[in-house]
Formats: sequence, structure tokens, C-alpha cells
Amino acid sequence: MGEQKGLTIQGNMATALGAKLSRPDVIPAYPITPSTLFPEKISEYIADGELDASMIRVESEHSAMSACIGASASGARACTASASQGIALMHEMLFIAAGMRLPIVMAVGNRALSAPINIWADHQDSISSRDSGWLQFYAEKNQEGLDLMILAFRIAEDERVLLPAMVGIDGFVLTHTVEGVKAPAQEDVDDFLPPYEPPHGKLDPEEPMTFGSLGTPEYYQELKYDQTQAMENTPEIIDEIFDEFEERFGREYNRITPYKCEDADIILLTMGSMSGTARAAVDEMREEGEKVGLAKLTVFRPFPGDLLKEIAGDADGLAVVDRNISPGFGGAVFAESAGTFINENRSPLMKNFIVGLGGREIFKRNFKEMYEKTKEAVEAGEVKKPVEWINMDEDVMR
Amino acid sequence: MSKVKITIAGINKKAGSSKEYKTGGWRTMKPEVDVEKCIQCFKCFDYCPDGAVKKTEDAIEFDLDYCKGCGICERECPVKAIVMKVEEK
Repeated sequence: MGEQKGLTIQGNMATALGAKLSRPDVIPAYPITPSTLFPEKISEYIADGELDASMIRVESEHSAMSACIGASASGARACTASASQGIALMHEMLFIAAGMRLPIVMAVGNRALSAPINIWADHQDSISSRDSGWLQFYAEKNQEGLDLMILAFRIAEDERVLLPAMVGIDGFVLTHTVEGVKAPAQEDVDDFLPPYEPPHGKLDPEEPMTFGSLGTPEYYQELKYDQTQAMENTPEIIDEIFDEFEERFGREYNRITPYKCEDADIILLTMGSMSGTARAAVDEMREEGEKVGLAKLTVFRPFPGDLLKEIAGDADGLAVVDRNISPGFGGAVFAESAGTFINENRSPLMKNFIVGLGGREIFKRNFKEMYEKTKEAVEAGEVKKPVEWINMDEDVMR
Repeated sequence: MSKVKITIAGINKKAGSSKEYKTGGWRTMKPEVDVEKCIQCFKCFDYCPDGAVKKTEDAIEFDLDYCKGCGICERECPVKAIVMKVEEK
């Protein structure tokens, strides 16, 4: 094992380094705030001779994903980065990448969608592509962004998986914030992540074959079922690869990581950078004698309902914290969590808290408020208002 | 066409397989050409969106495996040598 190098870098540099260590062959990218530094850093690596890859300067994100699809179908390891409107523009191609079973990896600088135009942290961009068939990982800190890029390639390319994957780091909160990270040695990453050899076929003029052909009503549903099965078989493969990563590199990853949940009456379920603040809030509330825990979601797709049941099944209340909103229902993590418990004999009472949209700060006091509101519902034995928006400025409300 | 087993992503290990999908089966109207009237201007050949018009020595003929019966050839023929007729199946 080579020594891990300590670095102090921004989140985009961490995901770019994770990509570089994964030795991608083709990186088509169209820069967009807050993930612009990713393609900039990749082009620097190539110019400095540190990475042997082709960078394609495309005219849009739709083209970026199209080029990723072509490259991956030819057997190349393809990678890109995007955010917000960029992900919205490539929406159509995301479904094609997944349906064609191409293990493309995308670093996402999670950002709000227009209108109103906003460049700050929000999970709406990748959440809105929930149904595209991509695996979705969310990082709490820059180290996770780096590691999850390497993990995403390894999981996506596993012959039992063959699905594309996104790695989300919160805009500015992580993308532009400097943190200490440990970078694995190249030879160790090479050992963990061997070169990509597509087991299902590749585009090759010497041996031509047909990709992306018409799926008539006689075949479409079976093909979609096959693709869905691949996603549904993925949890145990993710666990296996997370375990192997921990053995090799010493850092633990879980689809959901529980913190002080064993005896907790109320559990906060969070995703992304807010989890660090939530953990600090849990520590302070624990000191005051409150039986509160934290469950951090790292894998949003496939949704780890099995682990959520294990972690929160015996709790009285579950406060689901969403940095996204589906107008007309609530947050996406709330919907999935509610669905997880639908046929269980016992379920925690659930409240949904919408926070941090468009870069709104999320403070420890906000998590304490969520805890209190969930506790009130538990004590009353009913949830009067399932979805509540937190940290609203009443002074600017119409 | 008989059914086949699906593969991962529907990948077909053979190239040019779209030729095997005989789209002529979609047709309800069938073009017929009056060889005597045809002046071999080949407008039908140029306009056919399915490449289903073939040039012959003295006129044209239709490849009914792929003709979807859209009738563009009938509309474009300057001498009305092509007529669309309801196809009896």
C-alpha cells in the first residue's frame, strides 16, 4: 500500500482528483457553476501530462452527455461534471445512458434550478433526474467527494451493475470550500479499479454491432424490467465494494450511516453537507439529555429502504430533511422514506422539513427546531402538518 | 418475425439489423405504378422517406418490405403514374 497524500483542496478539486485517479479515457464537459473547476482541473491535468485522456469541449451539456454515451459505448471510461440547468439540459441523455447500460460517472456540484436563477446549494438538480436510472451518491465533505468518485466508477462498471452514477457535492458549501483530504496512491487505485472492459459489448469497426436500437412494445417492458433489476440488485454489491474500499483505504462508507441511533427516540435523516451540522446539533441535544440520533444518506439511488427500516424502525419519530421540493407533495427523501414503511406493522411518525433551498444556510438551531417539532408530533401521537419549511424569513414573505 | 431473447441493453451483436425489421407491415395504403405513364423523372425516388422506391430499366418499382404507404410518391409524381390503393391483407 502506497502512502495516502494529505492535501488541502476545494470540493471540485477533490472530485477532479478522484476522477483523475480513476484514469478516465474521455471527459466531455461543458462548464457550469458551481462545478466549473472540475473540467478546468481535468484540462490542467491533461495539459501537464498527469492524465492521459481526451477532453472534448462540447457546445452544451446535452452534447456532453451524448459524447459520454458514444465514448462509453466504444469501451472508454467516460466522465463529466455538471450542475443545475446543465443536468436539466442533459435530462434526455441521462435516460439513454442508463438504458444503454453505460457506466458513465458524473460529478455534480448540486445547485438550485431556475426560476428564479440561483447558483447556490440545493439538491433539486440531481433529485429531478431520480427516475433516469442513474445511481446517486451524495457527499458530506470533500473527502467523500474524492472517494465516492473512485467508488462510483468501480460500482458502475461492476458487471452485475453496468449503470451510470452521479456523485453530488453541495454547491459552494463543498465545491468551493477548502478542506483537508487524503488522496490514495495511484497504484492502489489502479489495483482497486482495473481498466474498464465492457462485458456486454462495445462499438468497434472491426466487429460491428447494434446499440440503442428500437424497443418495440414486444420488448420494451422486458428491457426496462432487466434494467430495473440491475438497479435493485445493486445494494449488496455497493455494500461489498464499500467494505473492500474500507479494507484497502481505511475509510468507512455506508448507504446510510447511523449516528447515536441505537437508543434514539427521534432520528434526523439528512443528505449531503448538512449532515455535519446535524451531527453537531445531535451532540449538543444529547448533552441536554435528548434521545436523538442522525441517519446520513449517502446513496439515494437505489434507495436504502432496508437499512432505513433497521436504523429507524424502532424509533418514535423520523424527521426527514429535504434540500429539494416536489411542489404538490413534499421532499423526495420524505416520499421515499414514507414509501419504505408503507407495509410495515410499525413505523415511526414522520415529519418532512424543507430546508436550505437555493443556498439558504442551515444552522444547528434549525435541526433542534426540527427535533422539537417531531417530538411534539410524537407526544401528541399525530402529525398535523407533515411538511414544514424551516428557516423562513417572515419579514420578506408576501 | 419470431421473437428473440433480450440481451443487456438490447445490444445486438450483429450490425445492420434494422434491415430485418420489415416496416412494410405498418401499411394500409399501397402504391401502384403505371409503367406506361412513368417518365423516369425519379421524383418518387428522391422523396421517398424510406428508400422504398427502386429504379428499374423502364420505370420504378416499390420495395413493399419497407414501404409504409405514406403516399408522398403519389403526391409528387408529375404525371400521376402512381396511385395509392387500399391494401387487401
